[in-house]
Amino acid sequence: MSKLLQLHDFGASSATSFEALRSSATQTGCSTTGGNGKSGCGSAAGQGDLPPEIWEKVKNHPCYSEQAHHHFARMHVAVAPACNIQCNYCNRKYDCANESRPGVVSEKLSPEQAARKVIAVASTIPQMTVLGIAGPGDALANPAKTFKTFELVTATAPDIKLCLSTNGLMLPDYVEQIVAMNVDHVTITINMIDPEIGAQIYPWIFYNHRRYTGVEASKILSERQLLGLEMLTARGILVKVNSVMIPGINDRHLIEVNKAVKSRGAFLHNIMPLISEPEHGTVFGLEGRRGPSAQELKALQDDCEGEMNMMRHCRQCRADAVGLLGEDRSAEFTTDKVMEMEVEYDLAARQAYQAKVEAERDAIAAARQRELATLADETATIKIQVAIATKGGGVINEHFGHAHEFQIYEVSTAGAKFIGHRRVDLYCEGGYASETGIEPILKALNDCTAVLVAKIGLCPKDSLAGAGIEAVEDYAFEYIEQSVIAYFKNYLERVGKSEISHVARGDADIRQGAFVAS
Amino acid sequence: MAYKIVASQCTSCSACEPECPNVAITEKRGVFMIDPSKCTECIGHFDVPQCVAVCPVHGTCVIDNSVPRASAA
Repeated sequence: MSKLLQLHDFGASSATSFEALRSSATQTGCSTTGGNGKSGCGSAAGQGDLPPEIWEKVKNHPCYSEQAHHHFARMHVAVAPACNIQCNYCNRKYDCANESRPGVVSEKLSPEQAARKVIAVASTIPQMTVLGIAGPGDALANPAKTFKTFELVTATAPDIKLCLSTNGLMLPDYVEQIVAMNVDHVTITINMIDPEIGAQIYPWIFYNHRRYTGVEASKILSERQLLGLEMLTARGILVKVNSVMIPGINDRHLIEVNKAVKSRGAFLHNIMPLISEPEHGTVFGLEGRRGPSAQELKALQDDCEGEMNMMRHCRQCRADAVGLLGEDRSAEFTTDKVMEMEVEYDLAARQAYQAKVEAERDAIAAARQRELATLADETATIKIQVAIATKGGGVINEHFGHAHEFQIYEVSTAGAKFIGHRRVDLYCEGGYASETGIEPILKALNDCTAVLVAKIGLCPKDSLAGAGIEAVEDYAFEYIEQSVIAYFKNYLERVGKSEISHVARGDADIRQGAFVAS
Repeated sequence: MAYKIVASQCTSCSACEPECPNVAITEKRGVFMIDPSKCTECIGHFDVPQCVAVCPVHGTCVIDNSVPRASAA
């Protein structure tokens, strides 16, 4: 029912639109220098610098809006494991219960099973707003199953947003069908625009009934990806581009990719770190190619920002993940369980719940603005990173020892800005501190000045202090951004009074590999 | 002769199934197999056997020498 937006309606694809974005950001009183404070500022509705039409489309989509990812959940269904290209960071053995990474699932579903699962999840988790088909394999290498699933879901649950993820090879052929199916968002994985670089990432593609290899394969892939992107944005479909940052191959090249996709109307760019643990058995893993460090990834994302919005909250989740980003409830919804569940689709209840969340988000945004106003007279040039223990809702509500991940905010006088997350193993397992100890967590948080938690034991608190990281319980159950700004203000005061001295922090590890679903 | 799928190597990704011009590939409980009486090795359809070209695991779609060659389409 919603009118399909044409790009020229809000002018998101050209240089002029960038100026428009800048000026709208300026109007809300935010710094626009180098894209700083992008997600940390904006109107009380929390839309940042997005035009209202786009905000309306992404505000409840956890993968397209950093604001939304605190509150709304998504689910993936694995119906189409076939793929038509080979990537050196992918292993086609997709069935694994104990890992959380793209392309991994526990069970493959028929479109009918998938539709039933969607309804079961939507009845259980009212904040589930988005259904994605994101692998394993490529959604458009198996279009019949992908579109059948969408059709069945739309028939029962018309309010659920549909999205799909593709390598783009077949995209130009299916743009019309994507539009006809009312698919809201499409993600294209684009790792290169230079086929010479592509040849190091893609050993082959299958196209027009034959296998292409080398530079020729990447040339076809790149042309088809960019054509598909242009066609989608011309039809008003929001497109996110995913890129895998592969140090030594495409790390600097991704700046060119960023320009190319931005000029073709992509709305969001998600640069993800390469996952290359040897035990995953990928080509890159077996040849010992490393993933980027936290600061390398951030530096690249910062270099691309200013060109367009950058996604920094991606959890690289399983292809059958269910729940908020950063949590995995897929084990609750196995086919056996779903078939036994009594499911009733209650649209009114879902809408009522979502309205409540909306009110809460407004309160969070207002609190952030109030807190930010108290920094108005500060002129310090200090910038620090703060880690947050949260289980969702935009609130500091997780015990340090129970945290599967920490969300990282960069804060300066311009405001608090989400810059990433660090996945960790549980420090506290069943009430006892883990055997591996706190070392990996210290490494993951090494670039942070403080960690804000709901609760923390004395022992880990001391370990953190020894590593120069302050553990703070003062903001337990408070809103995240408001608290980060309040902590920063307090930090500046203490620096001003020489109670503490500000020191630059080092780099941090991005935790890779197996993430055992809790 | 015909092509066959080495079950121990197959990841059940299903990429081959829709590519076969002879509808010779079927899945039973997650295991894919080629019906040798239907397989023509893609002769007369394509330059290369489609299951071999699309299969992500090298050496999984291979010639089955135990089966007499089907006549070319």
